[in-house]
Amino acid sequence: MRRLLFILPLLTLALMAGFFAWSLTSGRDPASIGSVMVGRPAPKLDLPALRPGEAPLTDADLRTGKPVIVNFFASWCTPCLAEHPLFTRLAEREGATIIGIAWKNKRDDALAWLKKLGDPFKLAGLDLDARTGLDWGLSGVPETYLIDGNGIVRRHYRGPITERDLTETILPFLKGTVK
Amino acid sequence: MVAELGHFALILALAVALVQGTLPLVGASRGDLRLMSLGRTAALTQAFLVLLSFGALTQAYVTSDFSVLNVVANSHSAKPLLYKISGVWGNHEGSMLLWALILALFGAAVAIFGNNLPDTLRSRVLAIQALIGVGFLAFLLFTSNPFERVFPAPPDGNGLNPLLQDPGLAFHPPLLYLGYVGFSVTYAFAVAALLEGRVDAAWARWVRPWALAAWCFLTLGIALGSWWAYYILGWGGFWFWDPVENASLMPWLAGTALLHSAIVVEKRDALKSWTVLLALLAFSLSLLGTFLVRSGVLTSVHAFAQDPARGMFILAFLLLVTGGGLALYAWRAPQLQGGGLFQPVSREGALILNNLLLCTLAATVLLGTLYPLFLDLLTGNKVSVGPPFFNATFVPLCAPLFAALCVGPFLGWKRAELGPALMRLRIALVVSLAAIVVAMTMIDSRSTLAALAFGFGVWLIVGSLASLSDRVRSGTLRTIPRSTLGMVISHASLGVVVLGSVATSSWNTELMQTMKPGDRVDFAGYSVLLERMDEVRGPNYIAERATLNVSVGGKPYTVLQPERRLFTVQRRQIAETAIQTNLLRDFYATLGEGDPRQGWVIRLYLNPLAPWIWLGAALCALGGFVSLSDRRLRIGAPSRKPVLQAAE
Repeated sequence: MRRLLFILPLLTLALMAGFFAWSLTSGRDPASIGSVMVGRPAPKLDLPALRPGEAPLTDADLRTGKPVIVNFFASWCTPCLAEHPLFTRLAEREGATIIGIAWKNKRDDALAWLKKLGDPFKLAGLDLDARTGLDWGLSGVPETYLIDGNGIVRRHYRGPITERDLTETILPFLKGTVK
Repeated sequence: MVAELGHFALILALAVALVQGTLPLVGASRGDLRLMSLGRTAALTQAFLVLLSFGALTQAYVTSDFSVLNVVANSHSAKPLLYKISGVWGNHEGSMLLWALILALFGAAVAIFGNNLPDTLRSRVLAIQALIGVGFLAFLLFTSNPFERVFPAPPDGNGLNPLLQDPGLAFHPPLLYLGYVGFSVTYAFAVAALLEGRVDAAWARWVRPWALAAWCFLTLGIALGSWWAYYILGWGGFWFWDPVENASLMPWLAGTALLHSAIVVEKRDALKSWTVLLALLAFSLSLLGTFLVRSGVLTSVHAFAQDPARGMFILAFLLLVTGGGLALYAWRAPQLQGGGLFQPVSREGALILNNLLLCTLAATVLLGTLYPLFLDLLTGNKVSVGPPFFNATFVPLCAPLFAALCVGPFLGWKRAELGPALMRLRIALVVSLAAIVVAMTMIDSRSTLAALAFGFGVWLIVGSLASLSDRVRSGTLRTIPRSTLGMVISHASLGVVVLGSVATSSWNTELMQTMKPGDRVDFAGYSVLLERMDEVRGPNYIAERATLNVSVGGKPYTVLQPERRLFTVQRRQIAETAIQTNLLRDFYATLGEGDPRQGWVIRLYLNPLAPWIWLGAALCALGGFVSLSDRRLRIGAPSRKPVLQAAE
């Protein structure tokens, strides 16, 4: 019994180390704060088109039977600049359907930004007063949502998406291997 | 060329550390004096080589040698010299080299000052110290080489994280590491004692100065970090229970417990296995802190490059060092026989209470820090454990700790009476009760808790000084042993810290106001005018500077100039607060975002007694250094035999 007391510190360490190793290998991101959106139908979408002459965005655009990526961006946002090439690649190589929404952004600024960097968006909306962003639980830009064919949010990325997100979650999602 | 020399010196240091970590151990078990004496030579050589290596990296930084990758990534030619130097340890690789350097220097210190240690004990301590060094040097050379070259060399570097470009933070890491790494010596002493199967009064007397030195540096390091957070983050607070802060607090609490329990081993030959455990834990918690900060398993305000691969290495190292120590402890510690018996009310009893409370505090911090991680892994739920948890747990634990702190020194060894001790503290009792009444009636009647805490602060100061009263009366104050004087200073300064933090967090006044040049606002009896906004150019930043004219009753009082600096190379904005202090309170102003059309967000704080927090912490460390200068505690204290006789 007394012996056990002396082994206790070692056991505590083993338990803690197990958790640490698990944490390091699980690939979890401690900075991610999770999202209440995941697993629920996508919030309402009702926005004027960003590009002149196009039809407004509606809920129907999210329920086409095919997976859709929704990306909130702004021309004044530096991290958006960083993730932009990844969306271009997704659109060009994978033929992904990406809906871009300019958030708290003037139409001309957003259009000029897309003109300079390339426009990967199949549909693009303008959320100047950030009301849609509020419905979607946005905490800033960039944020990206993966929505399945039935309009259910499957994933929510806060901050710029990375190469790793692309290979580990976004591509499998588009190929239908991840629900 | 110099970088290659530095790299080569580091490789040689690893080789020397390997020799130092093995042969003296063999020598100690065989009783071979020649092999044992190798430990000292090797320790000095290793320290020289790592110093050479560190010097080489510093040279690369000072001369802005952009063919070294580490310099490119963390320095810039436009940076002031101070930050070129502090940039050496402002990054992952360089800070690990600093760790290795301090580790080697402590080893050399043991070799130099450990003359009176028995040969076997000294060579074992040096060998353990070297084995820890092997881990760090290998970590540096194989995963985080600071001397890696880049070709072609870029024309300029990326610059240092602007948050770190601050005189306070330039010296925060070295002090903190002196504390963390200093506990490696107590760890080495503990492992050596377990190997020898012998813990006695002499051992405690030898280990205590090292624990005290490490503790002093750690105290200063933590205080400097908290001061930095106070004036650079601009949130008006001084402690945020951030994981990184917690990481440094845990070894401090364990180290404080160790300082006290070692006294019991020294004087009464009791609490042996407990003291050995604390000596192991103080360093283990330092390593755990390093792991938590560097591996990225927790989020925090700190800006270290976080990398899971490195995390794995540190975890493996942590397991090897802590696990090795604790396994040895599980195996050998049960054989350590305790000596002196004592009553619950006695000096020993008081020190045990101190240890129980300090260790519970450390465990609480550990739990609060790791709980979000455990919960996230087990259930996927995200929580953050912040001030409410720590306030709710720290207050009830600190109250008995502070109450007992003043009583303990009045209790005799073995058996004592509480009554006479309290009689001698009656003045302190009356004064602190009066302080509570004053706080309740004159400062703020809403917060009883703050008033009580304020009373505790006063109790700590007056109660600690009370132990000097007898000496004042008998005129023997000048002959007081320095270790006693140091204790009184440290105990009383804890009261100063308590007063400062209670007053600042409970009785401060704050105001947030959008202002344009020419606007005036009344704040806590002062009239504050935003006179103008300027654009200022620093060596490597552009700043907006607000000039605030503060006046009292129409008379000009002071001018505050908070800034918002944009560091051009990293495109990061940092708030530079302006603080006017009269040592009784801080007038604290920060500049937020804004533009000429809408005005700027200005935050004003009046923080009563805020400077006392850091003043108290500095005094606390000073007390430790005073105690360290005591002749009895000098590292080469008496040899083993006479001490044993003296303890009988």
